[in-house]
Amino acid sequence: MSRLSVRKTYKLYIGGAFPRSESGRSYPVTSAKGEFLANASLASRKDARDAVVAARKAFAGWSGATPYNRGQILYRVAEMLEGRRAQFADELGGGKRAALERVDAAIDRLVWYAGWSDKVAAVLGAANPVAGPYLNLSTPEPGGVIAIVAPADPLLGLVSVVAPAIVTGNTCVVVASESAPLPAITFSEVLATSDLPGGVVNVLTGRQAELAPWLAAHMDVNGLDLTGVADADLTLTCEQAAAENLKRVTRPVDEDWTADPGVGRMARFLETKTVWHPIGV
Amino acid sequence: MAIFEYAPAPESRDVVTLRSSYGLFINGEFVEGSGKPFKTVNPATEETLAEVAAATSDDVDRAVQAARKAFGVWSALPGSERAKYLFRIARIIQERARELAVLESLDNGKPIRESRDVDLPLVAAHFFYYAGWADKLQYAGFGRTGQGAPKPLGVAGQVIPWNFPLLMLAWKIAPALACGNTVVLKPAETTPLTALLFADICRQAELPPGVVNIVTGAGDTGAAVVAHPDVDKVAFTGSTEVGRIIARAVAGTGKKLTLELGGKAANIVFDDAAIDQAVEGVVNGIFFNQGHVCCAGSRLLVQESIHDELLDALKRRLATLRVGDPLDKNTDVGAINSAEQLAKIRRLSEIGESEGAERWSPACELPAKGFWFPPTLFTGVAQSHTVAREEIFGPVLSVLTFRTPAEAVEKANNTPYGLSAGVWTEKGSRILWMAERLRAGVVWANTFNKFDPASPFGGYKESGFGREGGLHGLEAYLDV
Repeated sequence: MSRLSVRKTYKLYIGGAFPRSESGRSYPVTSAKGEFLANASLASRKDARDAVVAARKAFAGWSGATPYNRGQILYRVAEMLEGRRAQFADELGGGKRAALERVDAAIDRLVWYAGWSDKVAAVLGAANPVAGPYLNLSTPEPGGVIAIVAPADPLLGLVSVVAPAIVTGNTCVVVASESAPLPAITFSEVLATSDLPGGVVNVLTGRQAELAPWLAAHMDVNGLDLTGVADADLTLTCEQAAAENLKRVTRPVDEDWTADPGVGRMARFLETKTVWHPIGV
Repeated sequence: MAIFEYAPAPESRDVVTLRSSYGLFINGEFVEGSGKPFKTVNPATEETLAEVAAATSDDVDRAVQAARKAFGVWSALPGSERAKYLFRIARIIQERARELAVLESLDNGKPIRESRDVDLPLVAAHFFYYAGWADKLQYAGFGRTGQGAPKPLGVAGQVIPWNFPLLMLAWKIAPALACGNTVVLKPAETTPLTALLFADICRQAELPPGVVNIVTGAGDTGAAVVAHPDVDKVAFTGSTEVGRIIARAVAGTGKKLTLELGGKAANIVFDDAAIDQAVEGVVNGIFFNQGHVCCAGSRLLVQESIHDELLDALKRRLATLRVGDPLDKNTDVGAINSAEQLAKIRRLSEIGESEGAERWSPACELPAKGFWFPPTLFTGVAQSHTVAREEIFGPVLSVLTFRTPAEAVEKANNTPYGLSAGVWTEKGSRILWMAERLRAGVVWANTFNKFDPASPFGGYKESGFGREGGLHGLEAYLDV
């Protein structure tokens, strides 16, 4: 007799915990071939707000952690992901070999970003030679809470937008790929077991068109990454809403996730702080 | 303490030749505007200085077309050639510095001592600085691999404020041109004259026509610049209120945007600070340029234990400030830029009183004509008071107190703005601890209101985004 499998309940990831949507709603997720996979949580405005609260609460601790510590934790995320290669390859579906390549690329991307934690300030900062007796230093600092609409690519795309946001000390709320949200929740399990403080990454599953405008308009969100938004009207709505508190906005892009990412994604959600002090005796 | 008697020491106006009317500067020529011309006045006397053309959206369109046409030529020039044009401009600015400084003080109302010793040297330095970048962009380290040097964006639409008319022009035009962009710039309605003199400098430098276009007018001219579909980049310095409108207008267009907006900076004085230096810094922080400074230290946070001592010293110092004729070389505080701005400062100050803060100004005789406001302090200010929250953009300082460094940080950051902050203490580790926690783009420690072309400037939060100055200032004008 074949054994009946024990299925996983896919929930949200907020503040380090895995709650269901407060709305009690869910939506069916199917494979590329149309087979039922699971019922994912259909997150609500309230869930989005809870996620922002969790991200704000985590910001002081995470941005105040040493870059070395943040790098260690991101590397730990890569380690945990490596241990679950097969699980993620299964969940991504499609050809086994191609799926494993995507998982490996995601792991390598995390390792790449982990190493940036204590180098980004040296690359993006500056000692400015001003015309006077002053020490003048510019350093990059995290902007705060970043709302991210993740791209359709469920794992490599997700990692490629989340890692650059958090490695520099930001915290984030991510709206997972709407059609393929399950790897994002399984990835949350990886995050939850990597010493990443709760609230640094919060993952919502559900409708982009419902969640993104709330996050774009939220007055305690500092940055907005619309990478995964495909609909031009939704982009416009979000950009306009983001103007209210002058969020830093990354517009949708069709990006090749296997290409060298450069420092752009880290730089976008960093602020440059310039400190002056007189030189004298 | 009695104020010293000074003999009048006015700077001569003769160095400036004012025309009775000015046109728009499009494609290297001065042309008529299609809108109803407006007058620009000397805020110190209310005398009309000149009549200035108003650009309609058709005029703006002509300017953008000229800039688009010039973009091909300008962006194709080797960086080293663009650099030489900018060096030329910098030199001509130095040669005509006195003329520009006097004109700036006439049109803006700022003391000649400031336009001569602060604005103009910084303007020339800014062009010198970015001239040097024009042929070194591939070394600016934007982390791009295998794609060659970063590229210019195209036509930049730039809208600037009235508080530092020529300096803001320099902050906008110098990096844009160095990176290979062409520009359409709209100066503020109340201070268009130095921008129009700058147009003449572009001609003397034989800058190719269309590389710099200047369209004068009010808010609707600025809106037309921002909204023009062939503008690739929008840069704005001004109020947060207008910044929001611009961000909304740019939404969905794909235009690159940088905004340098309002502020409500905290100037924090600890009990171990060098009091005399701190007093000078506080005065410079809020009374420099009549307080028409987005990064002005408009909130004084003083440690409770030295509140009385510091306030006494501050009041003594304020009593020696000389308010009056901007062209007098001894003047410390000039005229408020416009009747409208004066009304705003008065309104907010009245609210300050009605909400219960205590208002104080030194005895100070103000000229009968023109727009004037005395240096003003509010003490007993709570964080909830309007004068602690809203940007006044005038010579008005709100004084609050704190007990611990943590409380100072909490209060300093308790604002939607995040442009600048000041810290006064003799303890090095405390400076660094404070600087790390202040959410502001510029932190001045034991100094205030220092600017330099090599130093990035710009805000956190609702003070806008992007940086001007330094290597960081290039990013706004490149496809990175």
